[in-house]
Parts: sequence; C-alpha cells; structure tokens
Amino acid sequence: MDKEYVGFSALPSQLHRKSVKKGFDFTLMVAGESGLGKSTLINSLFLTNLYEDRQVPEASARLTRTLTIERRSVEIEEGGIKVKLTLVDTPGFGDAVDCSDCWLPVVRFIEEQFEQYLRDESGLNRKNIQDSRVHCCLYFISPFGRGLRPLDVAFLRAMHEKVNIIPVIGKADALMPKETQALKQKIRDQLKEEEINIYQFPECDSDEDEEFKRQDAEMKERIPFAVVGSSEVVRDGGTSRPVRGRCYSWGTVEVENPHHCDFLNLRRMLVQTHLQDLKEVTHDLLYEGYRARCLQSLARPGARDRTSRSKLSRQSATEIPLPMLPLAETEKLIREKDEELRRMQEMLEKMQAQMQQSQAPGEQSDSL
Amino acid sequence: MSKGLPETRSDAAMSELVPEPRPKPAVPMKPVSINSNLLGYVGIDTIIEQMRKKTMKTGFDFNIMVVGQSGLGKSTLVNTLFKSQVSRKAASWNREEKIPKTVEIKAIGHVIEEGGVKMKLTVIDTPGFGDQINNENCWEPIEKYINEQYEKFLKEEVNIARKKRIPDTRVHCCLYFISPTGHSLRPLDLEFMKHLSKVVNIIPVIAKADTMTLEEKSEFKQRVRKELEVNGIEFYPQKEFDEDLEDKTENDKIRQESMPFAVVGSDKEYQVNGKRVLGRKTPWGIIEVENLNHCEFALLRDFVIRTHLQDLKEVTHNIHYETYRAKRLNDNGGLPPGEGLLGTVLPPVPATPCPSAE
Repeated sequence: MDKEYVGFSALPSQLHRKSVKKGFDFTLMVAGESGLGKSTLINSLFLTNLYEDRQVPEASARLTRTLTIERRSVEIEEGGIKVKLTLVDTPGFGDAVDCSDCWLPVVRFIEEQFEQYLRDESGLNRKNIQDSRVHCCLYFISPFGRGLRPLDVAFLRAMHEKVNIIPVIGKADALMPKETQALKQKIRDQLKEEEINIYQFPECDSDEDEEFKRQDAEMKERIPFAVVGSSEVVRDGGTSRPVRGRCYSWGTVEVENPHHCDFLNLRRMLVQTHLQDLKEVTHDLLYEGYRARCLQSLARPGARDRTSRSKLSRQSATEIPLPMLPLAETEKLIREKDEELRRMQEMLEKMQAQMQQSQAPGEQSDSL
Repeated sequence: MSKGLPETRSDAAMSELVPEPRPKPAVPMKPVSINSNLLGYVGIDTIIEQMRKKTMKTGFDFNIMVVGQSGLGKSTLVNTLFKSQVSRKAASWNREEKIPKTVEIKAIGHVIEEGGVKMKLTVIDTPGFGDQINNENCWEPIEKYINEQYEKFLKEEVNIARKKRIPDTRVHCCLYFISPTGHSLRPLDLEFMKHLSKVVNIIPVIAKADTMTLEEKSEFKQRVRKELEVNGIEFYPQKEFDEDLEDKTENDKIRQESMPFAVVGSDKEYQVNGKRVLGRKTPWGIIEVENLNHCEFALLRDFVIRTHLQDLKEVTHNIHYETYRAKRLNDNGGLPPGEGLLGTVLPPVPATPCPSAE
C-alpha cells in the first residue's frame, strides 16, 4: 500500500492561502421602498453600523427627489479573512407619487459596472481589475401588501437577467405565522406567473449526508426569507441572556431565533455558504450574457457568425480574434466623432438663424 | 337626520367668494343666560330625554370612508371598530383579488343596533388607492365622490317638496391609513391630505402599529404631526372649529399628544389571562387590540364613536357642506340652484374639484 505521494492534493490549501492573502470583494445592492428595514437588516447581517450618519429626508423634500445610487464600502475582517464589502443603496426608490421608470437608473448602474469590467478586461493592463459589478441584489418586499406590488414586479422584471436577486420580506414581525406562510406562497406564485428568475441556491453535493440535505431543502422552502433586523441588543426577560432583538410591550422578537424569523437562514445562505457562488454566477452567467449582447450589437454582419457561436461559452473566447476589440474601440471613436460633428452642425445652424434674425430687425422673431 | 344646531343661512357666505381661510359660519352663540334662577322645577331638562327617544326611534346615519394602500388593514380595522363584519374583507388569501387599475369607490351599508339605538352605517372603501406605479391624481375619484354626495344633498334641499328626512350619504369621516415606515409621511400621503382636508374630516391613523416599539411609535408620531403642521394640513378635529375653551383644551390634548392614533385591528379572539380578547398571536406574544399598553385602538374607537360621532356629522354639515353649497351658489350667480325658472335643471356637478378644496 505504498502509494506514491505526488503532492497535488495540497493544491486546495495553496489556493486558499492565496485567496486569503488577496482578500475578497463583494458588492451587495439593497433595494425596495423606504421604511422596510433595509439599513437595519444590513447592520444586523454584517454586525456593523454602516448607516450611522444616515438622514432620511421628510416627505415634502421627497416629492421632487429623483432616485440616487449611493455606494459605501467597509472592510470586514474575520478569522484572518478580509472582505471588502461594498453596499449599493437606492434611496428614493418607490417614494414618489409617480414612480414610472424609477428603476431605470438602477438598471443603468448595473450595466455600467458590466461595461467597466468589459473595458478593463479588454484592456492592456489586466493585473489589477477592480470588480465593481453587483454580485447580489437583496430586494425588500413589504409585509403590508398582499404579495408583489406592480412596482415590485416592474423592478424585478427589469433586473432579473442582470443581477442575482434574493427577495426578502422586510419587517416580518408585522405578520403572524399563518400570514407569513400565505404571503410567501403568494409571492412564489407571482414570481412564477411573471416569469421572474430569482437567484437559485444550488443543489447540495450528492455526497452530503441526509441530515444536511434535509436542512438545506427546508431552508429553500422558506424563500422568500421573512426577516427582522435590529441594531440593538436587548435583555430578554424570559431567558435573561442578551439577544439581538426588538422589545415590544407584548414580548420580544429575537432576530436570531428561527421560530421568529428567517434571519439566520438568510445570513447562512448569503454570507456563510453562497458568497462565492453569487460571484461566480454573476461572472459566468450574468456578465457573460451582457458581454455577448454587447459584442453582438457591435459586430459587423460578416463577423456575426463568430460571435453567435461563442454566445454562451467562455471557452471559445479565443475564437474571437483580438482584432474584434480594436474594432470595437474604433467604432466607438467613430461614433464619438459623429456626435461632435452633429453638435458642431447644430451650432452652425443656430448661428445662421441668429444672423438672419439680426439682418431683419423689424420682423417678428420666433424664439429659438 | 343630523341634529345640528339651527343655523341661519349666512348672507355673507352667499354674496362673497369663499376666501381662504373659510369664515366661520353663522352658528348662533350659546345664549347668554338672563336669569338662571328659576322659582321651581319647570322640566326643561327633559328635552334631553325627548331628543334621546326621538333618536332611538329614527336612528341615524353615519358614513365612514377608509383610504390607504392595500394591505394596511383598513377593512379589518373598521370591522373591529364596529364589532361586526361591516366591511367586505378582501384580505382572504384564497381569493384571487387583483389590484384595480384605477381607484374604485365601494360603499356598503349595514344597520347595526345597540341599546335600542339603530345606526345605518355605510363604509366606503377605496381599493386601488396608492397601489399603482404612477399614482398621480389618484385622489381625484375620491374627491369627486365626496362632492357628488354634497350635490345629492343639495338637490334634495332645494326641492320645493322636500323630504322630511333627507337621506344623508355625505362622508362624515375619512380614516386615512399611514404606512408604519418609521421614517415620515410619504409624498402621496401629503398630497392626498392636502387636497382632501378642506373637503372632508380626515382622521389620520398609523396602520399595523405592531411593527413599532414604543420609542419608534412616539418619534414617528411626532414627526408626522410636525410634517402635517408644516404643510398646513388640518386634520379633524380642526383647530378653527373649536367652539369654546372646553372643546379647545380637550381637542388640543388629542391633537398634540394622541393623534395620529397608532392602531392594530383584528377579528380573531384569543385567550389571555382567562379572558377572550381580540388580538394577534405571534411566537413572541399576543397583541391585544383593546389594551392601551399595546396600541391605541381603544382611543380611536372612543374618539370616533363614543365622543365625537355627533361632532363629526355636525362639522360635515355645518362646515364642509356649507362651503360646497356656497361655492355652487356662487357658480350659479348667487341664486339657489333651481330657482328663477320653474323646473330648471341644476347645473351639472363640476367635473373638476372645487378651487376651495386646494
């Protein structure tokens, strides 16, 4: 039984050491109407006070406010592993009286990150590509509604092919257990009906034991997760140990109690087990889809065959000859020059019109 | 039949355009007592008993409207308020209830009786309000409905052969449901209340208040009160209609401390300490609807039903309705609608909201 030991079984630990040194980047977007407990939940998830200096403007100020996209980063370290967590916030979403198209800036933002990555990837210096792509979007659904609202549906349909969506029900302590079940079922039905693809937590490996598989299946049944967040640690009268929770006159909700809400499930699935998978799906599926669409739209008729073949597989990337990229660049330059020409033409026309006006002072002049 | 104080149609209201703010209508002041020393028992105080007997015989109308996004517990709250299934609850999960594309107005009437007194209660629901992506002007159907009821009453009033008791379909009270975000009012809330507070009595309530801790509740209420004040929104009981000092102190307390009431509604009963109570049962405790330590439902109920029911009707009749009437007369050149030519048809109900309702 003297097996010869080559040593490549040490590869995983080498990879591990390298990644630990490199650190992880993760970009998480939080979206949903204001007042659903998004910031509190993020603080609870990552045990940080990311939203300390936050000020929510009052209603009259929000009447004319447009959607903004805010980014804030924090470095979290745990067990020697560093994570650079970037949070993308969408204050103002769903606030206005007229929310038509209010999701467009968000969609545009996500595409811009893809665009940036595409450019970096095709550039000359690829050593330090900053990955600012959004790896996951936590979408908050109101516990007060009767399922997804029209705005929710519109947002999800615009975003589901561009980012991993994990729907959660915010402020879930508003619901009794039966109501939570009914709401979750309604949301699941609506998602199916509207053909919205949320992030699918992958199947367990076949070599996991039965207990683990059962737990995993149970957890997946709970989607969308009904969560409660809290930035306070309270002393629960009953157990007298400090817990993260919310104190009401009729009892205390414990954030980490699986009978009270699905916070633990969310944290486990999002942070502890699927962080890497979210990044991979973003890169392998969503980004590739964007990239293929982008390149296809730039492709000349002749070269279209090549791009369509390599639509979904990264392996055949080498088939796309490098000349494609310079072409893309020159195309862009040509477009920019066209724009400039057009602008100069417009200015010329304006100046001509003005000259005509000044030559005929007595006549009525139309405003330009 | 509204038991308002006998009012004189104020000439002032007929000849001038209704300015902002509205002038107080000519409600006669409390009579100055000339000589209150009677020489013996006369029996004038039995008038109260006589009025009571009459009310019991005729019963009275009360019309309450509920407005707010779907899912805020409007129907449940009304059922809880009147302890009966007076509002068609669309909250049952089994039914496929689609959110209507435009705001609908659904009025359902019930006769409920208590202690020999009959009340014809009409609950006016407004499904579809605030549920769309674009909610611009979604209050217009509501305003139109309210004005249509004033118009109906006006038509009856100016009839030559009037009914002894004009059926009163006017909205006496509008409960506006605020979502418990914990931050502040939403822009739609402001817009609605700005437009409608001059046309109907609005009582703002914070819905599903069991999601807020005591601190959060009190902070939120303060912020909401301030926002309403800053935006010049006068909810019921309006400051300008306090009749005397007694009213003012009582109402001030309600306006500045209690309102908007943070409520929880329920139609399910649970056993707590040997008693059956209306509430909500969660894994961390049972929320008792009528327990003042849990929520302010009891305050709302007492306010709307036990102390201010009659006043709500009076303010609707003496103030909101009078404002509408004055505007209509002004539009008609100072003549009461229908007068001048026999059998003249009243001018149509204005499609656009009254300017005074801005």
